[in-house]
Amino acid sequence: MSTFGWPEFLFLLRSAGWSVVLTAIALAFGAVGGGTFAIMRLATNAVLRNVAAVYILTIQSIPVLMILFMSYYGLSIAGVEIPPLLAASVSLSIYVSAYLAEIWRGSIQAVPFQQWEASASLALTRVQQYRYIILPQALRISLPPTVGFLVQLVKNTSIVSVVGFVELSRAGQLVNNATFRPFEVFMTVAAIYFAICFPLSRLSRYLERVLHVGRSH
Amino acid sequence: MEFSLHFESVFAESDLILRGILLTIGLSACAITLGSGLAIVLVALRDLGNAAVRLFVDTYVELLRNTPFLVQLFMIFFGLPLLGLRMSGTQAALLAMTLNLSAYATEIIRAGVDSIHKSQIEAGLSLALSRLQVFRYVVMKQAFAKVWPALSSQFVLMLLASSICSFISVPELSGAAAIVEQRTFRSFETYIVVTLSYLVLALVLKFALIWLGHHLFHRKVVSILNTASKEGIA
Repeated sequence: MSTFGWPEFLFLLRSAGWSVVLTAIALAFGAVGGGTFAIMRLATNAVLRNVAAVYILTIQSIPVLMILFMSYYGLSIAGVEIPPLLAASVSLSIYVSAYLAEIWRGSIQAVPFQQWEASASLALTRVQQYRYIILPQALRISLPPTVGFLVQLVKNTSIVSVVGFVELSRAGQLVNNATFRPFEVFMTVAAIYFAICFPLSRLSRYLERVLHVGRSH
Repeated sequence: MEFSLHFESVFAESDLILRGILLTIGLSACAITLGSGLAIVLVALRDLGNAAVRLFVDTYVELLRNTPFLVQLFMIFFGLPLLGLRMSGTQAALLAMTLNLSAYATEIIRAGVDSIHKSQIEAGLSLALSRLQVFRYVVMKQAFAKVWPALSSQFVLMLLASSICSFISVPELSGAAAIVEQRTFRSFETYIVVTLSYLVLALVLKFALIWLGHHLFHRKVVSILNTASKEGIA
């Protein structure tokens, strides 16, 4: 039985790097999906609107763990042996897309309606309205909740440990199995997550204050 | 490339899945009740207590909100027995869920409490209500009405997060899925059934909470499509 020392700690830190990588991948792909569904959710076409709404409602009504298993087994039943990183990225991206879509839809809707009317009266097309008038303002509004959601994403990367991908939580389990010191190991793991998440939580709150987009009483 | 889905063997294990569903409902219902109760106590402490109490509550909330539920669960399940606190997986799961939910609910209810205007409290006090009475009848009631949608989505997120308890072999719905999968070797079919079960559970809970909000706080009934949440739990 080994002890919980520097090598183990460094192993945990390296694995935390994988959690961050996974967060970045899921954020990148999830943002593309989320942006698409947010705009679909606000489309004038009722079909597009409802498809997006049902997608968001469905994904938000099943656990991330189930999204993970569904993409893992769903992809491998099609005959392809998929690496854990791919399954993890795909499922987390799907999860992110549904939540970001909802956050961003709210941000777009928070832009005063007159902005749409004014830009329409200037003969801007719908794409131009989004590009030059609405999205720049929505971006500002969306920043605090998006950063806040990042915290949730970082924490949810812990779930992909179940398909054998060695990120921070899985590393914690491995070290615990070897050292059998659950308190030290999981305290350290929790502390590393906290060190990543707490600054993000604070940043989200700070942005809310400086961008003056928080709800006014 | 050809494949077909076979659900017969999965449905043959339906009693296991049903028991999983019941445990998921039980765990979630208990965690939601206990967690909300604890949150109300914490908000009251924070509201009525001194600076030290406030710091304690805030630290508790931040610690739990900024670490993954999975790690909290591991700490309770693997760590507490070393302190002589033996508990089954289900008990550990319930404790972890309750603590986790209490932190989120505290934050949500606190936001509601903060939004109550000071004049309301002054008016209550001037009617010779005690501070506790003001908290109960003036502050809490309005705060709950205000934050009900946020609280509702947090409850749904807790239901979904209960799936994580399968990591410590609790036989709730996703834990049951793991057993069925091992018995039938029908992984994809098993998870299709289980995912649909979660979907139904979450939608029913959403409807129930909208209905409850309507009856308790006279909130407008909104389309379920507009109940999407902007947070996530982990």
